[in-house]
This record gives sequence, structure tokens and C-alpha cells, in this order.
Amino acid sequence: MNFKHKFVFLFPGLFVLIGILIFPIIFTIRLSFSGWNSYTPEMNFIGITNYIRLFTDDPRFWESFFRLSFLSVTTVILQYIIGFSLALMVWRDIKFKRFFRVMFLIPMMTTPVIMTVIWRTFFHESLGPVNDLLGTFGIGPKWLSDPATAKITVIIVEVWQWTPFMFLLLLAGLLSLPKEPFLAAAIDGASAFRKFVFVTFPLMAPISIGAIIIRLIEASKIMDTVFVLTSGGPGTATETSSFYIYIKGLREFQMGYAATLSFTYLVIMIISLTIIAKVLTKLMIKE
Amino acid sequence: MKIIKTYVTVLISTLLVFSPVAYADKWSDQFPHIKATGDIPGECSYESMSKKDYSGKTLKINTHAVPVMGEPTALHAEQFAKLTGAKVDVTHTPAGDLYAKAMVPFQAGQAPYDIVFGFSNFINDWKRYLEPVPKKYTEMRQMKDVTKSHIGVASWDGVMYQFPVDGDRHYLKYRKDVIDNPKYQKKYKADTGKELRVPRTWKEYGEIASYFNGWDWDGDGEPEYGSAEVMKKDDLMYAAFFSRSVAYSKNPRTPGGFFFDLDTMKPLINNPGFVEALTDWVEATKYVPPGGINFGLGDEIGSFGGGQTLFSFSWDDALIAAMQDDSPIKNKVAAAPLPGADRVWNRMTNRWENQYNQAPYIVWGWAVGVAKKSKVKEMAFDYLCFFANDANHQADLAIGRFGVNPFKKSDFDPNIYIDTMGWDPEIAKSYTDTLLEMEEKSKNRVFPLRVPGVFEFTSAVATGTSKALAGQLSPQEALDEVAKEWEAILNRVGKDNVKAAYAVGVAMEDNKL
Repeated sequence: MNFKHKFVFLFPGLFVLIGILIFPIIFTIRLSFSGWNSYTPEMNFIGITNYIRLFTDDPRFWESFFRLSFLSVTTVILQYIIGFSLALMVWRDIKFKRFFRVMFLIPMMTTPVIMTVIWRTFFHESLGPVNDLLGTFGIGPKWLSDPATAKITVIIVEVWQWTPFMFLLLLAGLLSLPKEPFLAAAIDGASAFRKFVFVTFPLMAPISIGAIIIRLIEASKIMDTVFVLTSGGPGTATETSSFYIYIKGLREFQMGYAATLSFTYLVIMIISLTIIAKVLTKLMIKE
Repeated sequence: MKIIKTYVTVLISTLLVFSPVAYADKWSDQFPHIKATGDIPGECSYESMSKKDYSGKTLKINTHAVPVMGEPTALHAEQFAKLTGAKVDVTHTPAGDLYAKAMVPFQAGQAPYDIVFGFSNFINDWKRYLEPVPKKYTEMRQMKDVTKSHIGVASWDGVMYQFPVDGDRHYLKYRKDVIDNPKYQKKYKADTGKELRVPRTWKEYGEIASYFNGWDWDGDGEPEYGSAEVMKKDDLMYAAFFSRSVAYSKNPRTPGGFFFDLDTMKPLINNPGFVEALTDWVEATKYVPPGGINFGLGDEIGSFGGGQTLFSFSWDDALIAAMQDDSPIKNKVAAAPLPGADRVWNRMTNRWENQYNQAPYIVWGWAVGVAKKSKVKEMAFDYLCFFANDANHQADLAIGRFGVNPFKKSDFDPNIYIDTMGWDPEIAKSYTDTLLEMEEKSKNRVFPLRVPGVFEFTSAVATGTSKALAGQLSPQEALDEVAKEWEAILNRVGKDNVKAAYAVGVAMEDNKL
């Protein structure tokens, strides 16, 4: 048997990789150097014109990027805290443990776009049930029409939708922890709080970092929630990078410029997430 | 007895042969959608289509999501398939994606759809990929009935690229039971010292809307509000802004451009006329229902159509929804021209002219064309012709959610609405008079912007004005930002390209076409 034949088996995977990853990235990079739009639909070459425009004359992209950073970091922190709390709760031997475990996962099983439509109906300021209920106490927040409150509304929906994912990962982590450190802590008479701080949390650190990074990657693509809930408004108060790229690419049909935004965004995200992962590792995992 | 039987037989036979009603019923039995009128003879009537044979052929259509335009597209596709034997595949697409869904294959040289629905202001970007409507259709009786304005909207430089299936313009809708109510007229006069009447100006609109905002004036136990408007960013809000701007900025004494100065191509979007309109609009956030700043077109239709507000202005749909049989406010609403202004900006003298001005906005609407690369063009045009035949059109007009609005001269006969839809004669007349005035009589109309890269221009307007509505920028700052963006777009697209296209629209506005 010819030893080299084993490489033949790599080809299917390689073709898929090239087809769905390498080619789109190379095509996007090439597109980013073109002026492809609705009136010049061609892959012409305009050099770094799009990049100059992005870095010198497009504050809206950078505003949307910083807004996205705020939204994604806030939502992931909240998801981590709530998800960890819920996981700790059902990790113990409590009544209806299985019921709670399934119930906590329900939001993640629903279709995000449909759930966002339902949330939008809940938060509708004149017809929605939330303000109807709050109206009995004499309050009626502007859930979607005030720039500050609209951000909070987006955070609420994102946290509701994706906390179960965090819960699932962290529960799996908790269930896989070794029992010995907890027995040792119990013999030493450690309180529940000390057990959490000095045993559970450090042991969970690698899984926590993984879960946070996965959620940060997902959260940095917030699009459907913003699209359905606020359309980036009021004004540009909830506009995120992905929504802005969508507007430039598929609403205004500035394909070349949208490719520039996409590629720049990809590079920024790779660098940022690498730094965040390193910082989290340093903070959470002690040698 | 035999003589009587003979007479009865002859009488019935005569009725069947010569009576148009009896003739029409043959089709309305099979197609209940046209039960109010039956088939109406014409080049693309049910009878005519039934003689075509498209068996074995497939027609692919990309249209809007249901119900607006999507529902009539699917319904007429099903009817067309039954009549001709064709197979018709209908794809439904959200409004925001209609442009891209057609444009991507167009640019790639493909034709996954034979028929593409979109908006009439796509025409400049789409026309090179669309088949001009053949002479056979442009010269038929059905087409001769289309108003001159909508022939212009569907055409570019005299060539028709879009088949007229819908007509659109923005006008005012109001609650007649309030504005004409002597009790409220007296109360309003006592409280404000002013007459309660259909507003002639946007300032008056704001005053009346503010007065009737936040209290239960129709006695249903719920508070009502002043106005429902399309204010949600990117959800057609720019069209609402232009409706409010025309009164202040479309000066009949300064021809040569409403959006740009055609000579210099300087954007006019931040001149004092537009700023005044945006200032009014920011004020309007105080008299819309809670959350009204996030109202898209659907919300506006539901809000006014459901009896939540006193005023509304935009397309026909809200009025039609209010006048449907199941509406709680049927025959309690009426139509009027868009409000005007007591002063209008003169961009030549850079001064306000203190005289009343009003300008109709013939806003863009639904449009549809046949792909140049389609292999079944004849069938595609036959389908569109069938879609808009008189029987289908009159039946579609009566259903608010269909989004099909008047665009034929015969649509301006109030009896259509009185006889087939049960409208109060006075309301039907207010409706047809308003439309007729805008379509045929006014010489100070504004047509939609139809230039290369139109989406970039309108998107910039949506972003700027929404920032002002949200309080992020002042009206002047917001429109200065829009003007700066428009300059940048002009530079990218090329001033000459935009100018050449814009000149066509300006010629229509200046009554030269």
C-alpha cells in the first residue's frame, strides 16, 4: 500500500474548508478593494480607498463597534453570573432537579427571531402587556423609544435568550468536577462561601473561560435581536457593527465597502478575543 | 302553458347571452374574489386568460411577504395557474430584502425569478436588468386607463419598465367623527380660541393633534392620541419626512429641483425648509401614541385603522383598513390633502416667502418588472396584466391589507367605493377628490428620488432624521450631517450620473413631461 494514499482521505475535508472558509475570506478581502455597488456592479480595483474612508470618515462604524462592545460584555457578564447561579442551584440535590434543568434550557431551544418578535410585543409601549401591568403602578418605561432604555431592553432579551447556553456549559463543568477537593474542604470545615471561592470557582475557571469566550464570539454578532426589536434605533442608539454592515451591504448595496467593514471587524474581533482570553486566563487561573 | 315555457326559456337564454352580469358570474362562481363585479371584459380578463395555454411552463415570482402585496400576488398566481395551466412559484421576501434579492442575481447575470416585485424608486438601478413592457401592453385599453403620473412613475425617459399594479401617494387621514363633531368644535374653540377643522398647515396639525392627545375622546374607555406616523428608522420613515417637508420646501416659483439644485447638484436637504419640517416632526413625538417613535408602516396602519389616533398620513392602507367592514371606525374617517405651510422657502433668494403653500407627494410605491433574462417573458407580462385587470384591481382595492391602491382614472369614481365597499358617499368623495387633485390637477407635485444609489441617499435621511427624533442631534445638526453624507455619495456615484437621472424626475415635477 502506498503510504501517500492516506492524504487522499484529507481531500473532502480540505475541499469543504476551502469552500466554506478560505474562499469566502479571500473573496471578501478582494471585494474590500473594489467599489462594487448598485451602480458599478463589478470587481474593479480601487486600492485602499474603502479603508481610508473607514478610518477617516466613518464615525458611525466606530460608534456601533463601541456600542457592540458595551452590549456584548454586559450581556455576557450577566449571562455568566445568572447561568452560574442557576447551574449551582441544580447541581445540588434539590427537589424537581430534572424539571428545573429542562426548564432553564427552554429559552435556548426557541427560535431567536420569533422570540424577539414576542418580546417586542411584550415591550410595545402602548399595546404591550408589560406597560399594561406597570401602568397599574403608575409607571410606563419607554422600552424601545428611549435611547438608554432601548439598550437595556436589548440586554434583557439577549440575557434571557442565551443564559441557558451558559447554564448548560457550566452545569456540565460542575458535574465533571472531581469530588476529592470538596471532601477535603468539608473535612477542614470550610463554609459554603469559602468552598465556592477557593474550590468551585478555581476548578471551574478553565470551563468558565471557554464559556465566556464562546458567548463573547456569539454576542459580538448581535444582529437578529437588534434587527427585530429596534432596527438599531431610536436614532442609532442600539446599532451594532453587524447591523451597520448589513445596512451598508444589503440595504444600500455598497458591497465593496461592506466587505471592508466585515474584514476589518473580523481582524479586530480576532485580536480582541485573543487578548480577552489571555487576560481572563491570567486573572482566573492561578498557577 | 307551452307558450309561457317558451317565453321563459327565451328570456333566460337572452339574459345568459347578453347580460354582462350573467356573463361575469360564470367566473365569479369559480373565483369568489371578484364576486362584487364578476369578470370585466378586457385584454387580460378572466375570459381572455382562459384562452391561453401555458401548460408545462413555470413562472417564478419574487414578491413581498404576506399580506401587503404578497397576498394578492399569491392569489392571482393561483388564479392564473388555474386559467392557463401554468405552474407559478411565488417566493415571499421581507421588504428590506426585495432590492438585494433581485439585485444579486441581476448583477451575476442570472434570472432565478421571471417577475420581481420591488418599489418604484428602484427603477434607476433595475432598469438595465428589466425587459421594457411590450407595446402590446402599453397600448391596450387597460393601460390607457392608468393616470399620467403613474405612467411616469413606471417609466424612465419614455420607456415603461415597470408594469403598473399599484398607485401611491401620501395624504392626510383624519377622524371625521371628531373633526366634524359640533361638541368638539365648541370645546376646542372655547379652550384654544381656534376653529376645529381639517388642518391646512402642519402647525395646525400639530396644535390639533396635541389637543386630542392622551385622553379618551371616542368614549371607548381607552386614551386616544394625536397622530400615528412612520417614525421607525429604516422602515420607510424617510418618505414620511419628505411628506412633511414638501409644504416648506417645494416652491412652485423655484423649479429645478426639490432634493438637489439641478444646476449645481448641491443637496437642499439641510435648507431652512427641511429643517422647519424636521423641527415639526420632533415636536410630533409628543403627540404620537406611547412607543410611536418606533412605529413602522404596519404599526401606523394598525394604530389609525384601529381607532387609536386622530390623524395619520402616509399611503392609502391606513384609510382602507379603517374603512373595512370589520373596522370599529368604518365611515368615521375621511381623506384630505397633506397639510401645507404658511410660508415656503425660496432657495433662489434664500428667504422665506410668507404665503400659503401645499404640495402633493406622489411617493414611490409597489412596482414590478419582468427580468430581461427570463425565458417566459410573454407569460410573465400576461400574469402582470391579469393581476391588474379591472375585476382583480377593483376587488384588491377593497382589501386594505393587500396594499393595492388606486392608479387608474376609473378608480377616482366614488361610486366604486360606495357600491362595492359600502363607503359613506361623503367619505368616498373626499377620498377620490383628494387623490384626483394630487394625481391630475396639482402643478406643484414632488416625485420620489429615483437616482443611482437611491438607497444610500434615503438611508442617510433615515439615519439623520431618526437621530433628531431620538434627541441625539438637533434638526439642523441632523440635516447638516445628511447633507454632508449626500455630498459624499454624490462624489462616489458621480455627480453627472446622479444629475442625469435626477433631471428626469425634475422634469416631471416641473410639469415638462
